[in-house]
Amino acid sequence: MTSGASFLTSRLDAALGWARKYSIFQYPFVTACCGMEYMATACSHYDVDRFGAGFPRFSPRQADVLFVVGTISHKMAPILTRIHEQMAEPKWVVSFGVCTSTGGFYNNYATVMGIDTIMPVDVYIPGCPPRPEMVLDGLMKLQDKIQAQHTTGLRATPEPRPTDVGRETGLVQLELKA
Amino acid sequence: MNPSSLIESVKDHFPEGVLAFHAYRGDATVVLRRSALLEVARFLKQDPALQMNFLMDLTAVDYSTFGKRPARAFFSSSGVAVRPFAQIPDEAPWPGPPPGSRFAVVYHFFSTAHKHRLRLVVPVEEAHAEVDSLTDLWLGANWLEREVWDMFGINFKGHPDLKRILMYEEFEGHPLRKDYPVDKRQPLIGPVN
Amino acid sequence: MEQTETTSTLETITSSVDDSTGGETRDMILNIGPAHPAMHGIVRIVVRLDGEQVKEVETEIGYLHRGFEKMAETVDYNGVIPYTDRLNYVSPLINNMGYCMTVEKLLELSVPERCHYIRVILSEISRISDHLTCVGATAMELGAFTVFLYMIKAREYLWELVEKVTGARLTVTYCRVGGVKADLPEDFAEACHKAFEETRTVLSESDKLLTRNRIFVDRMAGTGVISSDDAVAYGITGPFLRATGAEYDVRKDCPYSVYDRLPFDVPVGSRGDNMDRYLVRMEEMEQSMRIVEAALRDMPRGPVLVDPGSGRPIPAAQMVDLAKVGNIGAIAGGSAVVGPTLEGSGHAEHPSIAVDDKRVFLPPKEDTYGNIEGLMQQFKLVMFGHGVRVPQGEVYFPVEGANGELGFYLVSDGGGGPYRVRVRPPCFAIMSALSQLLTGDMVADIVPTFGSVNMIGGELDR
Repeated sequence: MTSGASFLTSRLDAALGWARKYSIFQYPFVTACCGMEYMATACSHYDVDRFGAGFPRFSPRQADVLFVVGTISHKMAPILTRIHEQMAEPKWVVSFGVCTSTGGFYNNYATVMGIDTIMPVDVYIPGCPPRPEMVLDGLMKLQDKIQAQHTTGLRATPEPRPTDVGRETGLVQLELKA
Repeated sequence: MNPSSLIESVKDHFPEGVLAFHAYRGDATVVLRRSALLEVARFLKQDPALQMNFLMDLTAVDYSTFGKRPARAFFSSSGVAVRPFAQIPDEAPWPGPPPGSRFAVVYHFFSTAHKHRLRLVVPVEEAHAEVDSLTDLWLGANWLEREVWDMFGINFKGHPDLKRILMYEEFEGHPLRKDYPVDKRQPLIGPVN
Repeated sequence: MEQTETTSTLETITSSVDDSTGGETRDMILNIGPAHPAMHGIVRIVVRLDGEQVKEVETEIGYLHRGFEKMAETVDYNGVIPYTDRLNYVSPLINNMGYCMTVEKLLELSVPERCHYIRVILSEISRISDHLTCVGATAMELGAFTVFLYMIKAREYLWELVEKVTGARLTVTYCRVGGVKADLPEDFAEACHKAFEETRTVLSESDKLLTRNRIFVDRMAGTGVISSDDAVAYGITGPFLRATGAEYDVRKDCPYSVYDRLPFDVPVGSRGDNMDRYLVRMEEMEQSMRIVEAALRDMPRGPVLVDPGSGRPIPAAQMVDLAKVGNIGAIAGGSAVVGPTLEGSGHAEHPSIAVDDKRVFLPPKEDTYGNIEGLMQQFKLVMFGHGVRVPQGEVYFPVEGANGELGFYLVSDGGGGPYRVRVRPPCFAIMSALSQLLTGDMVADIVPTFGSVNMIGGELDR
């Protein structure tokens, strides 16, 4: 929203943000070991339900946060992007674990080196697997982001990765002029 | 049966099929000629003294860089000698990989009746990378052979449906071969990074 | 219970007969795709249905192939252990133990007895957490969400126990070639008994909720049947095979480590259906607890810990600095005070957790900092390009994983890392039999059957 917004609409946005962040319908796209920590976070001990995010919706049409949990191989990548495309806006993506953030230690022919190469990611939760406390911290950061998105109207784009910088902005070659 | 009598039993029935044998670390191993594989497997399954009802594992090894791998040394360029292939002396050393062939298809058998194990090693050359399929004798061989085809490119004659199982169809090459670089990605979508 | 079909591609086989004359039925091809809640993430099952009956099944796997075998060729022997954690990620200690025992067989090493007992105790705890996850997930998919929550609660207690010993809950990397990383903490036995009390409560509650529950029994009994001959032909082992009536358990038939000294029974079913598999797993959990309790009683006593006051504790950094300038006299007889990561791996515990072989296991920190031989030993094992030296050879070693016989086949060329590591995954064989298990049953039986397969993607696809 631009600065021309009135008091009422900005209050409405803040309320929308508040409502959205406390009623997250997650789509847990679980593939690997991180799934075990995801289950632990969702269950009684660490209880993600108290954040309002306890009810996973196993259909992308009904979900708004895509939790990508576990290593994504190149065989799985088209399916993941299809699920992401099937979700309706507003949607957010959480990259859970190092395998989804950067590929982890599986630097080989089979693994996607980070899902941000194929879709925009909002929150990265590192760890192999991340402790449930880290997951809850990431969830809270996501909630802050959701709230901010509604109050500022701007969606932050993920930072470009170091290897992408040269390609996008052409800063790779330094020209030394005499 | 102990390892040596297992090996004796196979050697007695198939004297021309057996190329070599050993029991390194107690694992009875017989190196077979490719042509003898199907009959030996049938014998192993049906002979009452052996009764190998389990095909535990079916895999392959690519011996092309055996003993020739470059040393992983931090200072290799500065010439600091890192000699990684020092042998620890062994009383009964392993005879080594089957000479002259790039691949070896390795079968592990087990018998629940007699509780003994046997390993069969079938050397396969690169030019003619093909062995007989054991799907008629053990149903589990189906998927195991598909995996060996996927990872190594060894063909199995008589397999009902030999196609990739772990990699996707569009993938080119066989990843576990030693000449396939570990980080050569062939993405279906997204950048090649 | 919802049966959702995300990303399903329905293709109908068109028939040439006009069906307004009322004769022809068509089979439907249903894709239970890789993104599905009950597919544990990553298996694609394409079924051809006649109404509700499954006529033909094709399973497609490989969606979690992470190249374990290729990665293992790029690291040294101890570097493979983190990759083995992530194979069967619900019971990582069993994988660690299997791989380490394979390398030790090739090296002809025997670890100290206490180390054997430690490995057995942690393997069995891992096995219990695997069965809890499997039974809990199956129950959840059948609608018994409470049982899932109870079992995950019990699993949390066990994971707290594992964290006390290894430092991590799930991916532990605890075993090393020639031993384990650290000894059990002082209060392990009491913590273990408390955790088992909770686990037994949970198991009895779940038993009361499920075993004679009419709905559960109707869905599980008589579905997913396989005969023991077929199971053997597919190469199926573990609780799946034992539920069909064949008695094969690697711990009893080819005993390794100290299993031959520990008293336990192996439950065997008879009908080979989902209900028997559930009962076998429930009973196996009880037997695993029995093994751990016997092992805690029988294991040789740990190190007599030196009273820190008398043993001259010296902070590790100070010890390094003194040793660097050659002031060995000031550090002689001292014990290094190290951070929590290195607790349990000190000088006193070393004989009980590590094999006494310099080529294979790291020295305790007091020796690394205190004398040149220890420093050299550390250097030769840790620096890039060096590492454990294993003679040329090939070896196969099976252990009893939670799903069956987990075998490691290792080929070594005498270099710094393994030449070829092959994992014989137990659930690969079970998954190859899935088409036979599902054919003939109804669509709704796919869920309990697939749940009782306990497919773990990390192990199936590696």
